[in-house]
Amino acid sequence: MRRTPWLQSPAAFLWLPLLLYTVWVIYPTFSTILLAFSDWDGVSPQWGWVGLGNFRRLFQDPAFYQALKNNLIWLVVFLAIPTSGGLFLAYLLNHPLPLDRFLKVSFYLPLVLSPTVIALVWAWIYHPQQGLLNSALATLLAFLVWAWIYHPQQGLLNSALATLLAFLRSLGLPVDPEAARSLGWLGDPKLALGAILAAACWRQVGYVMILYLAGLKTLDPEVVEAAQVDGATGWILFWRVIFPLLMPITTLIVVISTVDSFRSFDLVYILTRGGPFHSTEVLANYMYLAAFHDYQMGYAAAIAVVLMAITIVPIAFFLRYTVRREEG
Amino acid sequence: MKGRLHPFLVASLWLLALLWLLPMAGALLVSFRTLDDLTLRGFWSWPEEITLANYVRAWEEAGVRRYLLNSFIITLPSLVGVLLLSSMAAYALVRFRFRWAFPLYLLFLAFNMVPFQMLMLPVFRLSNQLGVYDTYWAPILFHTAFQLGFATFVLRNFARTIPPSLFESAVIDGAGEWTLFRRIAWPLMLPGIAAVATLEFTWIFNDFLWALVLLGRDELKPITTGLANLRGQYITDWPLIVAASLMATVPTLLVFFGLQRYFIQGLTLGATKG
Repeated sequence: MRRTPWLQSPAAFLWLPLLLYTVWVIYPTFSTILLAFSDWDGVSPQWGWVGLGNFRRLFQDPAFYQALKNNLIWLVVFLAIPTSGGLFLAYLLNHPLPLDRFLKVSFYLPLVLSPTVIALVWAWIYHPQQGLLNSALATLLAFLVWAWIYHPQQGLLNSALATLLAFLRSLGLPVDPEAARSLGWLGDPKLALGAILAAACWRQVGYVMILYLAGLKTLDPEVVEAAQVDGATGWILFWRVIFPLLMPITTLIVVISTVDSFRSFDLVYILTRGGPFHSTEVLANYMYLAAFHDYQMGYAAAIAVVLMAITIVPIAFFLRYTVRREEG
Repeated sequence: MKGRLHPFLVASLWLLALLWLLPMAGALLVSFRTLDDLTLRGFWSWPEEITLANYVRAWEEAGVRRYLLNSFIITLPSLVGVLLLSSMAAYALVRFRFRWAFPLYLLFLAFNMVPFQMLMLPVFRLSNQLGVYDTYWAPILFHTAFQLGFATFVLRNFARTIPPSLFESAVIDGAGEWTLFRRIAWPLMLPGIAAVATLEFTWIFNDFLWALVLLGRDELKPITTGLANLRGQYITDWPLIVAASLMATVPTLLVFFGLQRYFIQGLTLGATKG
């Protein structure tokens, strides 16, 4: 048998993609593990090994635990809000509706925007004086106060308003409309993480919705119709028939949400840089600052290795799932 | 699905959709207002005057024109590189029966999911060693290489649907592998390539992190890091910053609305973006 000429072999097609991938992706991944045991500062040509020093320091660093905690909060919120919200939206939008395309586009439009644009638009929304949110609160409060002052009779509406205002006061919220315009959403350590998460969820819902919509399209209509003939409607139909059928997609979304929450960087970096007082710190941001502001590349690499150790579980799970699907 | 929704659900759906559009709609309104008007009277007030000045200033003075041009200089070559190399790899993994085909496919898939934090420092170091740090080459080379993982994964699964008999009959007619690749595989993979192209354009164009890590000079910055820069420079001039942000979204919006079908298809084909 004649040997295949090189140009007709898989190597001719694969060498360049593989070379690039090895140099820029595969080699760096392993290189980070080595860096984590070094004291490289990012500039000097000479550096030494410090053994487990970086990890020892990391596990005594309160900011690291704060970042880890915030990443976990991020994950819990991602699993709770965009996942159920996206499923709910997809289920509703899978029904025949007038103008359903407009509705779908409004939910997944944020996906097309760059994280930078999202961060800047939300930075504006949260700005105390010029932003959308405080201005809305001030207008709403001004209306409430006006309605209360000018209609002091004992009507149901007005007593409800009075109760609402008293409730807001008891929460320590500014009831004076002008004071509402000084609420610093990103400057207050108690509010900042929630404010960033709101922006993150605003983006994520559309993504989950698209995945579930695609899943709903692949459902066998006969199975659903058979259940309907048997009398399943509304919640029963959804929880007992449709939701179990969507399980593979739900699994996929949980994996993606986990990986995404531990990767969150752009929003935090642009909106708060992890502040105030590390209250919005996440691992990615903490690592970036360690590397490119404090020039402690070894320490930053140790953070990356810990992060990899956490996300390797969902990644391995996903890989196994893909391989199984391939074989099955 | 059959059956009508309760009017209450339809109404809530509409309310929610409008709430979802509010941030961008609000940004659009603010971009036409003046800073004084906004500072004094707040967003929920009737604008005193409507102006295009924010757009003009963002384009000329704040450098949005330069930043957008840089984004294209980085995105287009990366996109061509990714599509060409990943379709070659996908072809090789499907067309040839060799022992390494499946492990190599897994390699592309697995490293596509590695968190970017694991790559950040060595890629920075490598770009310095290769002398491409702070040139257009650094992000172009890195995006081309890194996006190969996702693109090869999707295209390989797409190429598997091509019946092998098509290749075999062309081989009998005397065609070589490169002819098969160009004349048979490419046209048949085209819907998959379109889906990958739409997604990759959006991701590379919207990339913030790698531009931050690999580029230092302001003249080379793409729109993403450029915009973040503007925030430091124009601190609370929100009408200007918001106008610049809106201009930054125009290219991706055009691609999205032009190729929406492919965008959605791509997202659902391989939900493992890197």
